[in-house]
Amino acid sequence: MIWRLFLAVLTLSVLAQLFIDAHPHFAFERLFGFNALYGFLACAALIVVAKALGVLLKRRDDYYRD
Amino acid sequence: MTITVISHPGLVLLVAAALLAVTRGGLRALIALGAPLAAVAFAWAMPEGIHWRTEFLGVETAPFAVDKLSRLFALIFALMTFAGALFALNQERRVELAAAFFYAGSAIGVALAGDLVTVFVFWETMAIGSTLVLWSAATPAAYRASMRYLMVHLFGGMLLFAGVAGQVAQTGSAAFGVIQLDGLHGWFILAAFLVNAAAWPLSAWLPDAYPEASWSGMVFLSAFTTKTAVYVLLRGFPGAELLVYVGLAMVFYGIIYALLENDMRRILAYSIVNQVGFMITGIGIGTEMALNGAAAHAFTHILYKALLLMSAGSVLLVTGRRKCTDLGGLYHSMPLTTTCGIIGALAISSFPLTSGFVSKSMISQAAGDGHLLTVWLLLAAASAGVFLHAGIKFPWFVFFQKDSGLRPPDPPWNMRAAMLFVAALCIGLGIGYQPLYALLPYPVDYRPYGGYHVVAQLQLLLFSGLAFFAMLGWLKRTLTITLDTDWIYRVLFTRLALDASRATRRGLAASERLGAAAGRALAAPLRALLGTQGLFARTWAVGTMGLGMLLMLLALLLAYYVA
Repeated sequence: MIWRLFLAVLTLSVLAQLFIDAHPHFAFERLFGFNALYGFLACAALIVVAKALGVLLKRRDDYYRD
Repeated sequence: MTITVISHPGLVLLVAAALLAVTRGGLRALIALGAPLAAVAFAWAMPEGIHWRTEFLGVETAPFAVDKLSRLFALIFALMTFAGALFALNQERRVELAAAFFYAGSAIGVALAGDLVTVFVFWETMAIGSTLVLWSAATPAAYRASMRYLMVHLFGGMLLFAGVAGQVAQTGSAAFGVIQLDGLHGWFILAAFLVNAAAWPLSAWLPDAYPEASWSGMVFLSAFTTKTAVYVLLRGFPGAELLVYVGLAMVFYGIIYALLENDMRRILAYSIVNQVGFMITGIGIGTEMALNGAAAHAFTHILYKALLLMSAGSVLLVTGRRKCTDLGGLYHSMPLTTTCGIIGALAISSFPLTSGFVSKSMISQAAGDGHLLTVWLLLAAASAGVFLHAGIKFPWFVFFQKDSGLRPPDPPWNMRAAMLFVAALCIGLGIGYQPLYALLPYPVDYRPYGGYHVVAQLQLLLFSGLAFFAMLGWLKRTLTITLDTDWIYRVLFTRLALDASRATRRGLAASERLGAAAGRALAAPLRALLGTQGLFARTWAVGTMGLGMLLMLLALLLAYYVA
């Protein structure tokens, strides 16, 4: 139920782009759904990078028993 | 002159700090709430110009100088002190509020300093005040963290002292204006400012120390040190290109470490670094739009970060727990704390109709206006990332996710009132942003609610949310911390010092053995010379000794002539 609502809001936010006149700084911003795709990919990339860094740098949380 | 000096908003808080240390009960509450309100009024009413000039060691100083930028910061610091005092009214450790006022008054002192000597003095008192706030948590962990914190800040103070001394020697003036990076002293000052801004790699002190403060202490700590650093960078280094890269590094460092973190207040600590990164990027871009954006973002950030930390502090007070793995499902019994936490989370994510939206979008706008494509793209990615690490992660893991079975009530009335007050400001400034824009250092020609801005931001944030829930499995909390640059001084330096002391001990033992061996080897020849039957111990005839004396005197005479 909440998922469907969320998906509906997502769709609306993309469709809304059709009804506003864009005056962006860069030409690619006019692409349909650019910000949606970019936001999703950026976050996916951040999660993957964090996960990879975690493999190297994560320690048990009592690591600093000083 | 005396009248205007008395109306210095920072001085009001410093005097109140002294009074708070000795009063109790209703009088104490009156001072705690009245003094910051007086400071707000004074900060609002103080006329522009230099109100106090004096001389220190032959250097002209101006400890009370007002322009639009200093008023903006004095105002928000005073307002924040009021909100924080209201929230902390039921804190049992009474020294904390006095320390916090000392700290806040010093921060206003920096904001109203017209010269670098005054900046230095208040810079140091700020370090002391904030350390006292940390101490009043009164746990061994807080004490150890506070000592590390103090070391870092005293080091920063040393850099600042060297820089200011160099600046005065070089230019003959201590006036605080734009500082040129044409000599070592300029770099020293910049480095000192960046230590307090928690710029990577000098950032680890913040997530190390702040989360160890009490439930109310961190609300104060989050507001002043880093934002004072933003203020001095705005005044001293606008348009320094290096700051663009420093700022972007902070933005992504904050997101990635916050994603890995389990402690709810450390998540918020990393997100302070992330948000200050946006401001520093704006200062590096350096156009009027960007500087306005950085200043406005500091103003709104202080409020929504305080709101987030108030909701986290309430959870800490009523549950005694800090880790996401121990929390969850609190919305059942803490509806007000949950709602206020969500409002703070939306504001930090720059959702339209919240304060973060009207300030942060100016920085992106400035990057776009300057056609800085890479910077613009990175800022947009980071905006999405803020929603990920603070906007959803914090409320989700604390108030929702699994049901931890905890059913604590919302906190006492004063804490609820403080949260409602700040939440109202976060939404109020998002809708009625004109008064904030009017306070900014440069004239504002910017409308945040263009249809395109709103839709673009909503797409960015909502699909960031989609990424969060789609990849929730990857974000599962574990009982871990993530090594940060403080590892260098907490572990590496300790190891090096231990190795060095072991090496010294080994060296000492070796030299002792060597000495003993040498002694044994020398014993026989020495005995031959000095022993009871040795050369020098034998009885000699008087004539032989006379001859010896004569030869010695002759040698002296010869030496005299040769020389």
